[in-house]
Amino acid sequence: MARIIGGLTSSHIPAVGAAYAKKQFEDPYWKPFFAGYPPIHKWLAEQKPDVAVVFYNDHGLNFFLDKMPTFAIGAAFEYENQDEGWGLPVVGKFKGYPELSWQIIDSVVADGFDVCSCQEMAVDHGFAVPVQLFWGDQTKNPIKTVPICVNTVQHPVPTPMRCYRLGQAIGRAISAFPSDEKVVILGTGGMSHQLDGKRAGFINKKFDLMCMEKIVDHPEELAKISTHELIREAGAQGLEFILWLGMRGCLGDRVKRLHQNYHIPISNTAAGTLLLEKAA
Amino acid sequence: MSMSAHDLDDIPGTVIYDGREAMRGYPLNKMCYSFNRADAREEFRHDPEAYMTKFKLNDQQKAAVRARNATKLIEAGGNIYYLAKLAGIFGLSVQDLGAQQTGMTVDAFKDMLKKQGD
Repeated sequence: MARIIGGLTSSHIPAVGAAYAKKQFEDPYWKPFFAGYPPIHKWLAEQKPDVAVVFYNDHGLNFFLDKMPTFAIGAAFEYENQDEGWGLPVVGKFKGYPELSWQIIDSVVADGFDVCSCQEMAVDHGFAVPVQLFWGDQTKNPIKTVPICVNTVQHPVPTPMRCYRLGQAIGRAISAFPSDEKVVILGTGGMSHQLDGKRAGFINKKFDLMCMEKIVDHPEELAKISTHELIREAGAQGLEFILWLGMRGCLGDRVKRLHQNYHIPISNTAAGTLLLEKAA
Repeated sequence: MSMSAHDLDDIPGTVIYDGREAMRGYPLNKMCYSFNRADAREEFRHDPEAYMTKFKLNDQQKAAVRARNATKLIEAGGNIYYLAKLAGIFGLSVQDLGAQQTGMTVDAFKDMLKKQGD
């Protein structure tokens, strides 16, 4: 059966995509951020996972407010990154894995999560930036991906606990997939930030560091936070932390933290990077 | 009783973008969503008034677009993720939008972001 070997977290902000395209790895503004990635690259080179299941949110590329699914799962052979309207370089296509997608969709619906399945789906920076940060250019030897898109754009959004439970269901689905492949799970976005309102620019280092600590060994306790409290403590868009809880749900009870990086600010955001290895 | 998103309204300076906002802002957001396409951006640049009318923006929304002001655009029901596409046409970054909403200069806003890492 397929085996989940670990979870990664990464910021997915568009400015990172732009800096990546310009290779600003040594730029003083960007260096403390990009410095969080080489230890993860090393681990990936050793572990050689076959598949990345990516929790992200769409920011108005594939989904508009006319139809807003709470949970949407990609089931396409490939996913295109497209023009998002404000000048971020469009990167190529990402490789899908529809057989695993349908395994996940069939399994989680039977488990009580009525997701939206998508055989065509454009993926925006929320998906593209982290995949590039971890695996680089996807035109050669692309990693197979399954996008898990969670609504964080328009309320009501799923609760932190619901995302954690969906992650657990996806974890069960992957573990029942007849294959000997290795799977990593990505929790993208966050950490604390707020783009809109008079509180724009809000960042909460203390809260972020508590989340990075607690998600390792006490994720279920962390997932009990209400949407209200999460927005108050992490900002209106810091709500994206629910994507990390989805990732963590997939990993099961015991994980080992192999690497962590945290930096303020990237654009308007606190950026957190984690490498969690699933305990054997 | 289930919690409504408006129970979240007590977080100062924070917009909870729920159904109430979505109903008000729909034409504005729909116009912004169209800006994913280069030809739509070009059409807007060429004649913003005609483009806004085509998408049935109300007077408040049109005025907010003309003012290029994030606070007014959000008050008119705009969702920040879609407004970002309009801001891109105007050459405004998220730091520019933050400065507008907080009443700071852009440099002061950037400095405030940085200081929160200390």
